Amino acid sequence: MRHLIGIEDLSVGEIENLIAVAEDIIANPKKYNKVAEGKKLATLFYEPSTRTRLSFESAMMELGGNVLGFSEAQSSSAAKGESVADTAKVISCFADIMVMRHFKEGAPMVASLNATVPVINAGDGGHNHPTQTLTDLLTIKMEKGRFNNLTVGLCGDLKFGRTVHSLITALSRYTGINFVLISPEELKIPEYLKDEVLDAKGIPYREVTDLEAVIGELDILYMTRVQKERFFNEQDYIRLKDIYILTPNKLRHAKEDLCIMHPLPRVNEISVSIDKDPRACYFKQVLYGKYIRMALIKMLLEEADK
Amino acid sequence: MTVDSIKNGFVIDHIKPGNGMKIYKLLGLEALNCPIAIIQNALSHSMGVKDIIKIDADVSLDTAILGYVDPDVTVNVIKESKIVDKYHPGLPRELVNIVKCKNPRCITTTEQELDHIFRLTDESKRVYRCIYCETASKK
Repeated sequence: MRHLIGIEDLSVGEIENLIAVAEDIIANPKKYNKVAEGKKLATLFYEPSTRTRLSFESAMMELGGNVLGFSEAQSSSAAKGESVADTAKVISCFADIMVMRHFKEGAPMVASLNATVPVINAGDGGHNHPTQTLTDLLTIKMEKGRFNNLTVGLCGDLKFGRTVHSLITALSRYTGINFVLISPEELKIPEYLKDEVLDAKGIPYREVTDLEAVIGELDILYMTRVQKERFFNEQDYIRLKDIYILTPNKLRHAKEDLCIMHPLPRVNEISVSIDKDPRACYFKQVLYGKYIRMALIKMLLEEADK
Repeated sequence: MTVDSIKNGFVIDHIKPGNGMKIYKLLGLEALNCPIAIIQNALSHSMGVKDIIKIDADVSLDTAILGYVDPDVTVNVIKESKIVDKYHPGLPRELVNIVKCKNPRCITTTEQELDHIFRLTDESKRVYRCIYCETASKK
């Protein structure tokens, strides 16, 4: 049974196939509106999510399928003490595919080891969020037309930001990628990512603290939110939360075709006055997320039927 | 110091000094009733000093534990007082319930029945990561 737990579960070829299918869905949506007819998607959300859950539900509906599920742990059997393994076995009796978000890292992996239908990880704590990475990749393809020869700036919380880690891993498979890692000292990317991905593959990168000094070099600027829920000490959060705020003034030196991305939700790290700038891609990114999830659901359902 | 030779069993040699007791505990040797010798800080031509464990019984040895703690040890298999096999365990690909995940956010902290499984992700640095949350193990 095929699952998607981390982005590395997909080969470069499979990712490119998914992106090609998503592009075709964008161009010919009617062609796909019966792909999942008679199928059910279960959304098991043990922690709150608006965008990801609704994106999956919308994707399944546009494929002609149905959805069922829960949106918080308190309304599931987890509140009665049921294990993730047992929940996965039970839900396999009701649905053809399941999507799980869980506050514990590795929970979707446990589900995949026990389910008899495909499991998609929709975010497990600060660990993986592979469909966000697929969303980011489709956005880059749609906006820049390529995955190679790009200078990619990642800004903000690079330590706890799971989307950043997955995107670095995914883009490191392509040639001509140059990373500019913009963060305060306390929120630099983890050493293991440098050792096992960037250094291991010989990918050029720089760690800097000043966004304005490097913004003119970037083809892509990926902004992130400093996440309050990842800090044990509130004082550290307060000190760091407003460290990078993208304003029209800072964009003065940026390239005309810069692509500004953000996994959302945004707090204040991108000024709302930038939303109308043609370089702001973060709301288009949300829409692309639905299309890539449609392509993924289609792929996993087809593989399960084989 | 004299330690008798053994008839059927194992001599685990070239253990880095200090790892002898760790291996003894992880292999669960205290539960055995056979004669067992732990020699610490024995003189060694190649290592200066080393630890040695002798087990005088044909028990089942978990080479994954040996490989994880000290992959360069030499395991001598003794039958009828003769060495019939000699090998280095090397780094195991997977560790099952040998080390526990220390990440408080890992699913293994709340679901007690789960096996703690670590896989080798960086052979040169001997890094093992939890299959669930990818946190590196700490020896």
